[in-house]
Amino acid sequence: MIKILTKIDGINNVVNNNNLLEIEFEKNNIIKIFNELKDNTELNFNQLLDITAVDYPSREFRFDLVYILQSLTKNKKIILKTFIKENENIESITNIHKSADWYERECYDLFGIEFINHPDLRRIMTDYNFEGYPLRKDFPLTGHTEVRYDDLEKKVIYEPVKLTQEFRNFDSESPWEGMENKLFGDEKSTGEN
Amino acid sequence: MKEVELNTTTINFGPQHPAAHGVLRLVVELEGEVVQRAEPHIGLLHRGTEKLIEYKTYLQAVPYFDRLDYVSPMCQEHAFALATENLLGINVPERAKYIRVIFAEITRILNHLLNIPAYAADIGAVTPFLWCFEEREKLLEFHEAVSGARFHAAYFRPGGVHQDMPEGMEEKLFEHFKTLPKFIDDLESLLTNNRILRQRSVDIGIISKSEAIEWGCSGPVLRSAGVAWDLRRSQPYDAYDKVDFEVPVGKKGDCFDRYLVRIEEMRQSISIINQCLNKIKPGPISIEDNKITPPKRNQMKKSMEALIHHFKLFTEGYRVPAGQVYSAVEAPKGEFGVYLVSDGSSKPYRCKIRAPGFAHLQTLDRLSKGHLMADIAAILGSLDIVFGEIDR
Repeated sequence: MIKILTKIDGINNVVNNNNLLEIEFEKNNIIKIFNELKDNTELNFNQLLDITAVDYPSREFRFDLVYILQSLTKNKKIILKTFIKENENIESITNIHKSADWYERECYDLFGIEFINHPDLRRIMTDYNFEGYPLRKDFPLTGHTEVRYDDLEKKVIYEPVKLTQEFRNFDSESPWEGMENKLFGDEKSTGEN
Repeated sequence: MKEVELNTTTINFGPQHPAAHGVLRLVVELEGEVVQRAEPHIGLLHRGTEKLIEYKTYLQAVPYFDRLDYVSPMCQEHAFALATENLLGINVPERAKYIRVIFAEITRILNHLLNIPAYAADIGAVTPFLWCFEEREKLLEFHEAVSGARFHAAYFRPGGVHQDMPEGMEEKLFEHFKTLPKFIDDLESLLTNNRILRQRSVDIGIISKSEAIEWGCSGPVLRSAGVAWDLRRSQPYDAYDKVDFEVPVGKKGDCFDRYLVRIEEMRQSISIINQCLNKIKPGPISIEDNKITPPKRNQMKKSMEALIHHFKLFTEGYRVPAGQVYSAVEAPKGEFGVYLVSDGSSKPYRCKIRAPGFAHLQTLDRLSKGHLMADIAAILGSLDIVFGEIDR
């Protein structure tokens, strides 16, 4: 199977990891690749299980866009991955796999990745009129707004998040290295004396 | 331009409606009483589980999985445990595998014992609800006996299970599963040949083989369409390759077939549990590596090493080698998968949860087109929708 996969135009790298094939592909060839994966009788990846992304803010190609496919006839799962920049968009595969509809919407909602030719690219998970893309690494865990019912206005209102205690993210992996403020006597521990 | 007169009514179903099985808002376009379009608005229960998991250690992430599909908690922990173990490259002991299979199957029965009567209640039968809840309560006592909690068990942990089954549990399970087949027969006598149930479910919400695959359906929905696909059989995990069971399939893929598949799955689950109880042997219940599983309490009182391990495990947690993995289990509702990316630290870099209900709810528009408004309740019930896992 690896041989057939590497022959497809646009597929760069096939790694077999624990019986799960991990594939990197060119984003411009996406339609061709997914059609080939579905229609080639040797492969027959007929079920799209999931579409998701992974955010690496420091990279030029910020997002890993991940497609998970399954072949019910060959009993095989593959992970397809492509890299895209922050403001880039990618062709939708809703014409090949119908289930891509909501998965792409979810990806758009949580990461802000736009899919071209998607029939109905709207937010799906977050609130109506929500702003920002929650699963990006630069989005704070607490979010920006909170809601409460206002008894005077008789409706639910949105306010900026007010926390009585800051969210604390402990760096327990290296507690000593993590401390930045100098303590009295620290100069003695540098080893020069 | 030609003028077209639209004679449709748009109604808003939910988000607070007993037949919506949670917080589903459905915008339905009706022509008379016939559904033209049904558009689900989801996300009302979105809690950002995936984001939260990125800020927690691997062990702290386990309880989030109970709270996804809150009627089948253990199966979801199972998927996460398998994914983490896969990244860590560890293999759990034999006894832990059997315990996991036993409890995954108890969870499956629990799930179906909720879904079937809820579905029946949606289309007019109230009694099964009371019957099944009594039966569920008995099974939940087993959950409580091993984990201390009826629902949010956090019992399957990466590396094995949290603690061993209490003494005498195996006999009690064995005794209990002698009586359960009789209950399922009784339940069937109430429902299967019931005229109302048949009128309301036969030929309603038909999904064909190819469509079910195309839409990403799995579990009873896919099997009811006639596809004999079960991850427990095709990609066995834990001890599923050591037990013998049958995969029930439907013929038409309508609501009634989905109901029948679930009934038969309960019987198969009982058979799997009995086989496991016969095969299970005493032994360790989690890997004996204190870098991943915490030491026993009495060890901690005596050994400094154990105390250090305990402290490190519950502050920093264990580090997981960098990599990515997708692990899936056959949860009661279908294929529940976890796509886990690790950057080598003690917290997951990304954890994507593949919920079966998400894919199933997507088909609602297609399934309900041309049916009556009242059939939407039947279709929703038969798809086994739980919003904890769909909205995440």
